[in-house]
Amino acid sequence: MLSFAIKDCALAMIAEGRRAQTLRELRDALRDIHPGCIYHHFWGTLLRPQFSDREFNNDFATWCHHGLHDSAIAERLAVIDPADFADLEGLRQELIEVIDERLDETEMILFARADQQFHFARSVIVVFDTHKRLSHPRELVEAVPQMSVGSIFYHFIDARRRDPVSVDDFRAWLMGLGPEYQSLCEAVAQVDPYFESLFVIRQRLTEVFTQHLGPPLQRKAAQRQERVA
Amino acid sequence: MSAESPRRGMLERYAEHAGADAIEQLRQLAGLLTGLKVVHVNSTRRGGGVAEILETMVPLMQELGLDASWEVIEGNDDFFTCTKSFHNTLQGKTLDIPPALLIAYEEVNAANAERLRPILEAADIVIVHDPQPAPLLSHCPERRGKWIWRCHIDLSHPYRPVWKYLRRFLLGYDASIFSLDAFAQPMPHPVYLIPPSIDPLSEKNLPLDPANVRQVLEEFGVDAARPMLLQISRFDRFKDPLGVIQAYRLAKDFVPSLQLVLAGGSAADDPEGETVVEDVRRSAEGDPDIHVLSSGHYSDQTINALQTGADIVLQKSLREGFGLTVTEAMWKGKPVIGGNTGGIRLQLVNHRTGFLVDTPEGAALRIRYLLAERSRIGQIGENAREFVRQNFLRTRHLREYMTLMVALTHGNADRIELG
Repeated sequence: MLSFAIKDCALAMIAEGRRAQTLRELRDALRDIHPGCIYHHFWGTLLRPQFSDREFNNDFATWCHHGLHDSAIAERLAVIDPADFADLEGLRQELIEVIDERLDETEMILFARADQQFHFARSVIVVFDTHKRLSHPRELVEAVPQMSVGSIFYHFIDARRRDPVSVDDFRAWLMGLGPEYQSLCEAVAQVDPYFESLFVIRQRLTEVFTQHLGPPLQRKAAQRQERVA
Repeated sequence: MSAESPRRGMLERYAEHAGADAIEQLRQLAGLLTGLKVVHVNSTRRGGGVAEILETMVPLMQELGLDASWEVIEGNDDFFTCTKSFHNTLQGKTLDIPPALLIAYEEVNAANAERLRPILEAADIVIVHDPQPAPLLSHCPERRGKWIWRCHIDLSHPYRPVWKYLRRFLLGYDASIFSLDAFAQPMPHPVYLIPPSIDPLSEKNLPLDPANVRQVLEEFGVDAARPMLLQISRFDRFKDPLGVIQAYRLAKDFVPSLQLVLAGGSAADDPEGETVVEDVRRSAEGDPDIHVLSSGHYSDQTINALQTGADIVLQKSLREGFGLTVTEAMWKGKPVIGGNTGGIRLQLVNHRTGFLVDTPEGAALRIRYLLAERSRIGQIGENAREFVRQNFLRTRHLREYMTLMVALTHGNADRIELG
């Protein structure tokens, strides 16, 4: 059986030095900003300080709501699923089109306060091997709660960008092991990667794996021993 | 001078607060940096936020297997007068610094470079904290490592002539670090963003015995049985202490038992600070439930007791850096009502971890809400503590430093896959 290699990652955030104070400035900057910024403001946001129940799943929507107080554009930007796009250029075009549409329909130019401008940033992602390997899906029950949030980010969030069919690493592994894991894959797919913090995602995944694969192997063995005694 | 020897088991003690997974991640990341010679340089061994960070950061790096050390530059009166002026002007004050002081600044750095050059030139990573030691780089032409300038202050609105003077010492660095994107200035090298952190093991943040807390409150004449609001900060217009008193008064109409404590360090060297204290005392006059604690230096344990004993903590700043007093109060499970500015915005999420306000009226409204719905104090406080645990403890700060070191020593690509 193919083993699952647990990797971990950490982000270092870099200020791009560009800012936007209006929706038009945001659109103009998006046209030629470093593609890493698009990644960072959609995905990297999960590895930055944030409270769990997020209102919006990307920084652009959050800023339009809280900085520009334009909830219409915030809502439209928030429904963009980055996993729908094959690459960051596709995602960039979609952002620009949604913003252009809003600019066409509005007559007023909304400004953010000077101290609430949108600051473009990108991140360097450092991926490293923990040298821990899982040989059977049942081991996920014990391994996932012990994973760092960096590992959860790498395997559950970042994987969607790496994988041509936008699937997380857990499902990619399980799908290759046979049809008996079909219902587990479906349950993993139900865990929303956008609205919760990585801590909550880790908890949700643990619940799904425990529900489908039973309690951790060690606990099972202990229960068996208790029964024998 | 090298730093103190590593305190064994520090990581285990941090694991109790940050979680075993966070410590394991630090170990994994440190495995990529084993033996790396890292030198931190600043201008004081004791006192101030930077020294407080390095006191724990350096031993933690050592325990993780990095060859970390901490050097302090030595200066004279003119040097420190000059760097104090840098500090004020970089944060927006208009002040022209006499050329004689600038010469002292450069001479002190040149003299320190003579002493430190062998260590600095041999290091793999040199992290220079704040403007005081910034010119050291220009005195180390044979340097082999990467040099990082770590700016702990808000550079969003610097007094331009001073920034222009200092900037030339920074151009040769390989990277800079700022606490927030809003504080950064454009640089010809990558500008990393790393928010500061608190130390859960410091006297300021360790849990206290309730009897000790009561004793401190009694010492200051605060009735522990009645609700207490607290703001801890320098007496400075930007911290809006008069706005805090106004908010307290508006709330007291509805909660007559309310008390307010305004505590801040002494401001002997700040003439404006004295004026603010006088204004605050005048405004508080006649109300025995307002306690203005402005004399002398309060110990970390006293600050801790006041924060622990408060029902609600305010930080109603009009302008703020990161606002570590907010983080400290949140770590003690307190709901914080903070000004909608600077790093406070990163920490307070309305109704979740606290409240952001723009006016004394807004602060009063939130005070009344929390005191009317007492269960929310506990819920928000719990959220706040967890939020700090996940994001603003020293271990996260260390992880980001190490990530940056890996990035700098591996070519600074957008994505670095190792092992």
